[in-house]
Amino acid sequence: MATVLVIAGAAQSQAPAATRLADTSHLDDSVRAVAQTLRCPVCQSESIQESPSDLARDMRNVVRQQLAAGKSSDEVKAYFVSKYGDWILLKPRARGVGVAVYLLPMLWVVIGLVIVMLAVRRWTRAASVAAPHATDDPVSASASAEND
Amino acid sequence: MNWRRSLVAVCLAVPLLILFRFGLTRDPRAIPSPLPGRAAPDFSLAVFSIPPGEPPATPRLDTVRLRDLKGKVVVLNFWASWCLACRDEHRVLSEVATRMQGEDVRFFGVLYSDTPDNGRRWISMMGGQSYPGLLDPDSRTAIDYGLYGVPETFFIGRDGRVAYKQVGPVTEIFLVGKIRDLLMQPVALGNVP
Amino acid sequence: MMGPLGSSALLVALALTVFGLCVSVLGARQHRPQLIRAGYAATYTNFGLLLIANLAMVVALVTHDFSISYVAQVGSRSVPLFYTIISLWGALEGSILFWGLVLTGYAAAVVWANRHRPGTLVPYAAATLFGIAAFFLILLVGPANPFHTLSPIPPDGPGPNPLLQNHPLMAVHPPFLYLGYVGMSVPFAFAIGALLSGEHDDEWIRTTRRWTLAAWGFLSFAIVAGMWWSYEVLGWGGYWAWDPVENASFMPWLTATAFIHSVMVEERRGMLRVWNVSLVVATFLLTVLGTFLTRSGILSSVHAFTEGVVGYYFLAFIAVVLVLSLVLVAGRSAELRSRGRLDSALSRESVFLLNNLVLTAFMFTVLLGTIFPLVAEAVRGARVSVGAPFFNQMTLPLATLLLLLVGIGPSLPWRSATPEQAWRQLRLPTIVGIATAIVSVALGVREPMAVIAFSFAAFSLLANLQQFARATASRMRLHQEAAPVAFARVVGGNRRRYGGYTAHIGLITVAVAIAASSTFRYEREATVRRGEGVSLRGFTVVLDRLWGRDEPRRFVIGADLSVQESGRTVGHMTPRLNFYRQSEQPVATPAVRSRPAGDLYVNLMAFERDGSQATLRVLVEPLVGWIWVGGAVVALGALIAIWPGARAPLRAPRPVVPAAEPLREPLDEDADEGIPAEPAAEGAR
Repeated sequence: MATVLVIAGAAQSQAPAATRLADTSHLDDSVRAVAQTLRCPVCQSESIQESPSDLARDMRNVVRQQLAAGKSSDEVKAYFVSKYGDWILLKPRARGVGVAVYLLPMLWVVIGLVIVMLAVRRWTRAASVAAPHATDDPVSASASAEND
Repeated sequence: MNWRRSLVAVCLAVPLLILFRFGLTRDPRAIPSPLPGRAAPDFSLAVFSIPPGEPPATPRLDTVRLRDLKGKVVVLNFWASWCLACRDEHRVLSEVATRMQGEDVRFFGVLYSDTPDNGRRWISMMGGQSYPGLLDPDSRTAIDYGLYGVPETFFIGRDGRVAYKQVGPVTEIFLVGKIRDLLMQPVALGNVP
Repeated sequence: MMGPLGSSALLVALALTVFGLCVSVLGARQHRPQLIRAGYAATYTNFGLLLIANLAMVVALVTHDFSISYVAQVGSRSVPLFYTIISLWGALEGSILFWGLVLTGYAAAVVWANRHRPGTLVPYAAATLFGIAAFFLILLVGPANPFHTLSPIPPDGPGPNPLLQNHPLMAVHPPFLYLGYVGMSVPFAFAIGALLSGEHDDEWIRTTRRWTLAAWGFLSFAIVAGMWWSYEVLGWGGYWAWDPVENASFMPWLTATAFIHSVMVEERRGMLRVWNVSLVVATFLLTVLGTFLTRSGILSSVHAFTEGVVGYYFLAFIAVVLVLSLVLVAGRSAELRSRGRLDSALSRESVFLLNNLVLTAFMFTVLLGTIFPLVAEAVRGARVSVGAPFFNQMTLPLATLLLLLVGIGPSLPWRSATPEQAWRQLRLPTIVGIATAIVSVALGVREPMAVIAFSFAAFSLLANLQQFARATASRMRLHQEAAPVAFARVVGGNRRRYGGYTAHIGLITVAVAIAASSTFRYEREATVRRGEGVSLRGFTVVLDRLWGRDEPRRFVIGADLSVQESGRTVGHMTPRLNFYRQSEQPVATPAVRSRPAGDLYVNLMAFERDGSQATLRVLVEPLVGWIWVGGAVVALGALIAIWPGARAPLRAPRPVVPAAEPLREPLDEDADEGIPAEPAAEGAR
């Protein structure tokens, strides 16, 4: 596939002739931010920012072109959704069935916290009336009375 | 051994199992496209490969624009020289294109993520291509059509809408059948949304 | 010759597994020691058979015996020997063969270690392990048979997936992952064994404690090794993409971590029995689910193996395990349940409850996100994808909370603490935490989550180090020992605890490294000509030359780069692109220059054929190397915790008593001299 490269001679390693410029870096950041939210259709677990594939690179260029032309991030994302479907977004939309994936974990934490608090309250009350053992300093001078 | 509790617990597990069973029946790689039913995105692409012995009725263009083709059925095939599956369908496309030359259907092969030299070499290796090959630098048109691999073939009806997107190589029966269906549709009058 | 040898070994193993299962169950039910011993013997023999089968496959791979289907699938004459050997686990059939080896190995080892234990716990556990092995052997003899003979015999093969022959870490990550995954079968089998045998004390936990910790340690190490592999191979400078297969390895780790903590509460208070059994069952199910997700084609992923009928087998297996476990656990839950009692809300027990809450919430979030595409399609026919941005957003708060708990847990004593006692422990870590927050902001950190992460990390690091320091100081005072000796004696005297604190420190290191390398990550991509360079954060990477090299299995394009800092050349890097014969897309070998402060990472994205220019992506990632160091420290912590001490005396199984009594005996077999045991007054309740 690739022809053998004919590379002869070392290059001069003086000061580099050109480096990439700071004045485009703001656009770069915006491109990166949007690109990180779009899924690469070819390597299906990476965003187009990370993916090394040609399609990802071309899509990044489309993002860059549209942002440079003044479109907003949302408009760029909407463009890709209109071409590829909701699936191109790496974060599901928080409406319709998508609400569940955001809501359920939060419910788990909240409900779990309530359960834990209630359980601790019940269990500490169930403790016998005997005075709590006087453990002054848990890491006492007698070198850890605790076994764990 | 509390059997009632066991039963309750098992009932909770059943939806999950059904979900997985459902999951096995689908192919996660087949992504439905939002394009069918909508107006086909316009393009203006340069021709890099002209079919041999063009009939004099077809004007020689070096750029193909979709809006010039309104009223005709368009078969837009995306391919690449490095794509193995494209070889399977190439013969089908070329033959059907030749066979249907007199009809109101136009075939185009858009080169995807490849160089024109590679494309030309591949075409001659495959024994020629009976329809024009187009260049899509920077894959703008490919992205406009929501492409995520090759080969993909878009069927555009007389009304300028994308009727169908085929992912993967086309078969002759399918190709001919789809074109005939689209040829029978009247041209829509008025605006296409 | 290898083909028939392997096939017959597997067939005999399957027959022996069925035999062993029947004999173990019968022997347990009817209390017939000869049957039980026969079952144990079958366990050992099974391991021998799987060893033969695996060795046969390795020999076939190395000798390029393409008459065997698996060799024809992943073998190639042009692949170096090292990668040929490790292609044993490179594709579906071979990986299941290897899984079988690890499973029968664990079964044989754990049965051997417990062969003299009276009671029916071990026979039932052995039976469970036979049941699991039966599934994998059915796969190996049926749809996933690696020893299928081919005719005509192909002359050569395509070699393993290019991603798998590009980096030596492929020799590390899968074996350790399997040791971790499969290792979770052991506590599961013993939990089921305990439920079946009616021995509802906590014996099974004590028996399997080291095995669980070992499996956990392997899994931790494997996950970090996998992250390192991603970092070095996939070329985008990241190490975790929340890909379904990555999630599949992470979820059992989360529940296993919850388990190894809450189990301590059960040992001390006799509580949370149903919860712990559920955690162990969940961990095992998640390991099988992980394998199911990888091998069934049900989710698209970087790792996905072939699809096909194997998915249905896995689904059937999951269904059976899920149903049987639920029936047992739910059915016996009333007998297991003990009346819970806590002395105080301000205690280590409470922190462990919170820790379990956060860890299971974390697991649930990852699980939901992973299978959500399925749910959305089933419910609405919609195709959605759930990727890194979602997971990062939803799990970051939980991970941060965990980072805080990791410091609070060791600081609070068991049973109860007064607020003064608690503050005495937490005072210094809190000060350090706040100071770190101030310093971070002063140094220019603007992301609130990063500031919080760093201050929590400092808090927890100090809290854990403090435990080492205070215990060492006490011991020095008490025994007049020098610091290093005192330190060694302290750690050696309670390996479980200090191994745990070591693992905590490793985890904190990983967390800080992840926070730093993602918050302060800089990236620049540019196309440069020869002699030109790309500048980023004080480094300039200059393209010296592009070269190409033809190798038997691939064609390699490399870019020789000079690294300059303030005008001086400080090093050289050579990122490469490897074009394997059978693949269209090249596999990258990025060049990584690792220093303690961070990595300079360069990936070759594209090049001109005439060698005149190349597109480079340059990244600067601070502290990322500490992730791998932290992972090693976590594994070290697990090793310390497992390190054997005095043998615990075997005891007869206890009758079924839904006890509210805490355990009376000292909990730790490796209590050393100089450390007094738990005061006997503890039992007088």
